[in-house]
Amino acid sequence: MANIVVLVKYVPDATGDRTFTSDNTVDRVGVDGLLSELDEYAVEEALKVVEAGDGEVTVLTVGPEQAADAVRKALQIGAHKGVHVLDDAIAGSDAAATSLVLAKAIEKIADYDIVMTGLASTDGAMSVVPAMLAERLGLPQLTFASELTIEGDTIRIRRDGDAATETIEASGKMVVSVTDQINEPRYPSFKGIMAAKKKPVETWSIADLGIEASQVGTAAAWTKVLSFEPRPPRTAGEIVTDEGDGGTKLAEYLASKKFV
Amino acid sequence: MTTPWTTPERVALRESVTRFAQTEVVPHLRDWEDDGRVPRELHRAAAAAGVLGLGFAESVGGEGGDAVDVTTQTEALIEAGASSGLCAALFTHGIALPHVVASGQADLVERYVRPTLAGETIGSLAVTEPGGGSDVAALTTRARRDGDHLVVDGTKTFITSGTRADFVTTAVRTGGPGHDGISLLVVDTDLPGFTASRPLAKMGWHCSDTAELAYDGVRVPVSNLVGAEGSGFVAIMRQFVSERLSLAVQAYSTAQRCLDLAVAHARERETFGRPLMGRQVVRHQLVEMHRLTTTARTYTRSVVEAGLAPDADPMRQALDASIAKNDAVDACKQVVDQAVQLFGGAGYLRDSEVERHYRDSRILGIGGGADEVLSDLAAKLLGYAA
Repeated sequence: MANIVVLVKYVPDATGDRTFTSDNTVDRVGVDGLLSELDEYAVEEALKVVEAGDGEVTVLTVGPEQAADAVRKALQIGAHKGVHVLDDAIAGSDAAATSLVLAKAIEKIADYDIVMTGLASTDGAMSVVPAMLAERLGLPQLTFASELTIEGDTIRIRRDGDAATETIEASGKMVVSVTDQINEPRYPSFKGIMAAKKKPVETWSIADLGIEASQVGTAAAWTKVLSFEPRPPRTAGEIVTDEGDGGTKLAEYLASKKFV
Repeated sequence: MTTPWTTPERVALRESVTRFAQTEVVPHLRDWEDDGRVPRELHRAAAAAGVLGLGFAESVGGEGGDAVDVTTQTEALIEAGASSGLCAALFTHGIALPHVVASGQADLVERYVRPTLAGETIGSLAVTEPGGGSDVAALTTRARRDGDHLVVDGTKTFITSGTRADFVTTAVRTGGPGHDGISLLVVDTDLPGFTASRPLAKMGWHCSDTAELAYDGVRVPVSNLVGAEGSGFVAIMRQFVSERLSLAVQAYSTAQRCLDLAVAHARERETFGRPLMGRQVVRHQLVEMHRLTTTARTYTRSVVEAGLAPDADPMRQALDASIAKNDAVDACKQVVDQAVQLFGGAGYLRDSEVERHYRDSRILGIGGGADEVLSDLAAKLLGYAA
């Protein structure tokens, strides 16, 4: 028996233009968005776990109204129910405040064994929320799993690092984050799409979670984005014409850029 | 504005099918074209993705969904880079099973419909004979009663997926001449006396195998008759509407795909110092391709939608489906031809996708009722007679 809460995020479509709001946070309202691709691996892994045993998958998101699309997509893929924390006060929250909202929501869901996440969001790409959550919930964390096996209430994961591969295990309730190596996510079938229409989705405000507006949003953020500018377009390269002295010219160029 | 074609569910369906095509089909299609067939694993993958059973009721192992859903799926598959040939190979059960489902015979549903929709077995439909194609009422393959069996003798040709099929829904003559004497019989291909030829070499649809089938005293249990004896002709005719509409959808979707490829090419390809798109003659050609594609789609879709109405008139549907197919096929012919033209020499190469669509699309005006047969049918239904 494993009830799993999967955290999903609604992110701007990476193929579209990235825009920012006046307070220098990512514009999540005026752009096309979708379920973060990296979260699909978490949804898939959670479904595999409950399909092998039993239990239910609850997807949890924090985000603006359109974030319901991410929940719906996860329900179409096969998750059983959804929770959407929706509150204007949350806009602009940093990872710390987001983890607070998620932790409170998970505590309210209460009936869970595993909290599962992707390895990062494709927009913020910080990878810190799983660890923050584990701290707030007082749970062990098994992060960056590229393989996962379950024996009883023990979960063992493989974690591939640059220099070594670790095998880590934990028992009881825990937070697990999975990488894009762990599985091949399925996509919604027609039946799944139709079934999702009847699956329950609850919408909670921060008041429902006992959180004050002052604890979240830009005002509560530990860091602040002061400015941003798009990366300048690539400039045309320099062409070295070989007139018998090509090697010297190349060496001079590399030296001028301090490469050699 | 949300139309029946843009409901959130159909947008999601389109997205899923697009992904299926991009991951499971497009990377392998060239190999399958060379092999002359699609592998059985594709059927299983399509079943797992919910693609195979769309349009069939859940009560017979299908995915559910109506004609608008099925049309949406076909559009998405082809527009994502699959092909009409791929549709022919993967969805042969779309013509092999509907009569069986409509008969309501639980035993046949269990043995043939469910495993096929699960991607485990492959079925074909055999109507055409070497002596005649669209003239169904004249078929000569004979099924003679012998106790609890029917003994089948005859030959069928142009049978899609015939070299891979585990069973063939076969049109046979159980009675006298004319359409009253025709029945449908499900024939297992491992029965003694049944042989499928080697795949016929074709102009297009290379990933879809096509066979000639020989029945030489094949003994088939009478219980494999689909519906009542002598009901075959009506059952076949009834399915023609959906088959013709499906071919119309394949035609305009192929046109759309070729238009998309041509537009991208026109933006990218530079000649004499500027992109093709910079030339008015090219822009006008693309607009013409767009016009043909869009009007064909709009008309066919309207016929598909009208067919969903509980009081849809079958005669009207037969007429509209014929016109829709001829119109979409005509649009497709012109658009694929123009796409090859815009690609120039590259469009004549085997490696270019438009070249494949050009060859593949030629069959669309021949199979499922040739252009001329459908025009004749339309004339009859419209009462244009001297």
